[in-house]
Amino acid sequence: MEKLRYERPVIKKLETNMPNKFGLRTEYQPKTHIDGVAVKDLIKEHGSPLFVISEQTIRKTYREAKKAFTTRYPKVQFAWSYKTNYLNAVCHVFHQEGSWAEVVSGFEYEKALRNGVEGSKIIFNGPDKTIEDLKKAVEHDSLIHIDHLDELYSVIELAGNTDKKPKVAIRVNMDTGIYPMWDRFGFNYENGQAWDALNKIMRSEKLELIGLHCHIGTFMLTAQAYATAAYKLADLAIGIKKKYKHDIKYIDMGGGFASRNTLKGSYLPGSDTNPTFDDFAEAITSALINSNFEPDNLPLLILETGRALIDDAGYLLGSVISNKRSAQGKRTTIIDVGVNILFTSFWYEHKITPAQPFTHYAEDTTLYGPLCMNIDVVRESVSLPLMNKGDHFVIHSVGAYNMTQWMQFITLRPKVVMIDKDSNVHVIRENETIERITQMEKVPGHLKEFEL
Amino acid sequence: MKIKKNVAVSESGYIFNPSTGESFSVNPSGIEIFNMVKEQKSYEEISAHFLKKYNTDKDTFEKDYNDFIGMLNHYLLLEKDHAEEN
Repeated sequence: MEKLRYERPVIKKLETNMPNKFGLRTEYQPKTHIDGVAVKDLIKEHGSPLFVISEQTIRKTYREAKKAFTTRYPKVQFAWSYKTNYLNAVCHVFHQEGSWAEVVSGFEYEKALRNGVEGSKIIFNGPDKTIEDLKKAVEHDSLIHIDHLDELYSVIELAGNTDKKPKVAIRVNMDTGIYPMWDRFGFNYENGQAWDALNKIMRSEKLELIGLHCHIGTFMLTAQAYATAAYKLADLAIGIKKKYKHDIKYIDMGGGFASRNTLKGSYLPGSDTNPTFDDFAEAITSALINSNFEPDNLPLLILETGRALIDDAGYLLGSVISNKRSAQGKRTTIIDVGVNILFTSFWYEHKITPAQPFTHYAEDTTLYGPLCMNIDVVRESVSLPLMNKGDHFVIHSVGAYNMTQWMQFITLRPKVVMIDKDSNVHVIRENETIERITQMEKVPGHLKEFEL
Repeated sequence: MKIKKNVAVSESGYIFNPSTGESFSVNPSGIEIFNMVKEQKSYEEISAHFLKKYNTDKDTFEKDYNDFIGMLNHYLLLEKDHAEEN
């Protein structure tokens, strides 16, 4: 006779008072497959933990976002935010869909070039562009978004030494009615810094001012702030037209759209409450169309949204190491996924689903990662179905930032695989090996020998 | 180790402790252990039963059993024996 699936015994005190901090149970179905591929097969083949990216989800999300904007505004261009996830395979999916590249460092700029993106379709943001970076960007006709006056002077000087007229935009920060107001990127709108920079550019006659850019915040929970920003950028563009008879080619609204993840401390799930692409599109395009732009001469609208386009396409698979009981009697579970590879667990209450069938019993649990550090907490409090040692689980919506901000700490970073539309699994980044890590190290000769 | 005389578990896993007014819910494997302990079955008997019926191993069951009994004790559902009191 076949043995029954074992579930550890649990007892739960029934309480009729206010809901506790663990919240309500959210998982009702196991996540056994991703795009038709069994989670247990993925782990068997590629190890645990494992990042999985769904190509179909990227394309579907991108098309949804594009539709939200193109049905409301005639000229729209997305630029893939490399810093959100610059694995080449991911970038290629976005470029195949028509996205330009938006980079914030010389490293990312070089990555975009090597991915085959034309220089003129690379937007170069960020506060740290070296002279060499700027030279390269000028040479390739890239769109240089100037962050500060020192950079502006450098570009003017570079322009004097070349027959090319660098294509530039300025980054504008402003009060959009949200807190905190981001005022670290670019030039301020309200106090006249932005006009000061624009005047310097126009009067230098060495640069071609082609756009205006802003980056008003991250994980924005209100679309209205973008309407304010679009209105202010439109005001600058119209002012330039009036003063210099010069048309701005594009308005770049930057990134910052919230994904469907749930921020820590939120009472309701992000998937129910965060603004959608339609909300952001409605706010931005209405502001531009209702501004004083001539209807037949609207600027191109560029969007650098990253997180909202890739978060849902990323999964992190892992395994249970042990179940423990804390000194206060609380259930704690140790998993093989730590904050070093799941950086976003500092911000989000990540949705976590067991990868095998479970009953309707759940336990209030704290999920600890495998690092020997107290801060390694993946979920402080979650009502989770019962999982045994060795069981697998799926952490959802991890596509943004984790694969760029992850840290190699006490262990090796895992593989990343991508599942294509035909359910084929492709390794898009190999797991690290101790050789790869130690090959960059050098031990001085006098330290080589020792006796213990 | 004994479960308090006036505490019982229903078929659906509902436990009521009349002396404190508290109620609890246990899952099916918890019901089985609860009833076997109530019937004064030894740990060896309970373990043998689980290993025969369920897909688990001795070490896992021992750890989970001890944890469960610890929680019964935590919720004051066990009789204190005299040795403990002393």
